[in-house]
Amino acid sequence: MIRALETLTCGPAVTVQDMGRSGFLAQGLTRGGAADVLALHEGAALLGQSPRLAALEMGGMGGSFRASTDMRIALTGAPMITTLDDVPLAWNASHLLPAGAILKIGGARSGTYGYLHLGGGVETPLMMGARSAHLSAGLGEALSAGSILPAGVDKGVSLGMTLPVENRFDGGRIRITTSMQTDRFDTQTQARFASTTFRRDARGNRMGVRMDHDSAPFLAADQLTILSDVIVTGDIQIAGDGAPFVLMCECQTTGGYPRIGTVIPSDLARVAQTPAGAALRFEFIDLDAARSIENRAVASRAALGATVTPLLRDPHSIRDLLSYQLISGAVSAKSNPFFPKE
Amino acid sequence: MADYPRIRRVGLSGLLVQFADEMSEPANRAAIALRAAIETQYWPEVRETSTSLVSTFVSADLVATAPEGLSEKLQELIGTTDWYSAPLPSGRTLWEIPTLFGTDAAPQLEEAAQAAGISPQTAIAELSSARVRVLTIGFAPGQPYTGELPPHWNIPRQQALTKSVPAGALVVAIRQLIIFTNASPTGWRHVGQTAFRTFRPDSDTPIALRPGDEVCFPSVTTAEYTRIKAGDTSGNGGAQTSVLP
Repeated sequence: MIRALETLTCGPAVTVQDMGRSGFLAQGLTRGGAADVLALHEGAALLGQSPRLAALEMGGMGGSFRASTDMRIALTGAPMITTLDDVPLAWNASHLLPAGAILKIGGARSGTYGYLHLGGGVETPLMMGARSAHLSAGLGEALSAGSILPAGVDKGVSLGMTLPVENRFDGGRIRITTSMQTDRFDTQTQARFASTTFRRDARGNRMGVRMDHDSAPFLAADQLTILSDVIVTGDIQIAGDGAPFVLMCECQTTGGYPRIGTVIPSDLARVAQTPAGAALRFEFIDLDAARSIENRAVASRAALGATVTPLLRDPHSIRDLLSYQLISGAVSAKSNPFFPKE
Repeated sequence: MADYPRIRRVGLSGLLVQFADEMSEPANRAAIALRAAIETQYWPEVRETSTSLVSTFVSADLVATAPEGLSEKLQELIGTTDWYSAPLPSGRTLWEIPTLFGTDAAPQLEEAAQAAGISPQTAIAELSSARVRVLTIGFAPGQPYTGELPPHWNIPRQQALTKSVPAGALVVAIRQLIIFTNASPTGWRHVGQTAFRTFRPDSDTPIALRPGDEVCFPSVTTAEYTRIKAGDTSGNGGAQTSVLP
């Protein structure tokens, strides 16, 4: 039988995402890929597989799904209310999704983007070298009821695992570096920008996130005469009305609005995950500091596998509690007492 | 131009070589030529390169590699020649893309003609006989910014955006013409409609046009446009191509 996940119902912003595609900037296509790349690494660590495998990204809410065969899954990113055949399921954890069982993933409890990973990865066809949908470019499409997602070969076995996650789901401090147009803004404007508390506007998506504030607009010198130039993910562009827009993974490749700075890659997930209305502040850091933060982030992503531990469950949440042999108590990856018997 | 070319750091994503602070034909050519030269260097820290109107972007991992080394190498390469007089890239294509000007399909032709100070008939005559160059591909996949049109076409973008122009729309502002890749809101004026697809995700060559290619927009009737659109499976929208010397 083909290993696949069937979409029964689905929120409006569920897409297949991986690390995106590089090599097409000159042709007008940005990398795209998961809005919260760290979540891809966490899912990979939980399932003991490559972070390059594709997963489902769920914006705001998930959907309901059914697997054709027993399948390992992991849930990461923005925590969402989830049940397996109506029994609550832990987030930031790996689980067995038995064939035919109904997995329901509801709204985000905090943050914006949740991820559903499959053992073996989602194996939809490659498009220009990646599986990621890039909707703003017209590449791929959002999932809808009836979508069938083939899963790759799963070489892993571990289940019922969890890992500690960095809270990046409620806004907070965003570190930025200067970029090619920062000096178009005078030092007072830069300082005011760094001391302003913004709120994430409801207008935010995978292309960009608008930031609201109450004070005067942040305008550059010669705001209207700046020539269109390259955009990179994380750039904070100041739109015509003086409001900042953080450009996200599916942004355009060029633009004519001035950029006051660029969010460092490690903090992009926090921008993406900040829910509408939550407060954010931007802090300029120098290049050396930014580089050492990013180097540490690379190292900690590589070490995520070592942080994975067995999931200890509240007995109230265990399905068929009485059917388990509760006395021996030994928990191992291979004979986890908590997943349903075959 | 004493300040140019200049090198700017783009966050942690790479370095940018800017050749001017406004659009000019020599600066555009310089950006395209420098990009081609960087591509032949195979510098290990460089991930990919691209051009905007008058700049060359060198995408590099500035976390793994400090920018100073790359900046020095770039500076050295920039010093080897006068990029502003560099030739256009070889292997360029001339595209003749049938275009329906005006009518309900492209409702802002008259408005654009008025802004350019000419009659709608003259506007069609000029736009359908102009031969423009792809200055850069950007914003959306395969979307060409072409130019430059004569100076009277230096018309501003509209203050209020048009809610949506369809894919294949030919729009004009600031002496440039764009063919839109996807339906999109825009401040540029919609003067013509083509059946040309700038982005063909399922094709072996998803992006048709390259910077340096030349394009013209021969005028066709509504009937001819409708026939082309109905019969086109390639995405070329009836375009004729020829190799430029």
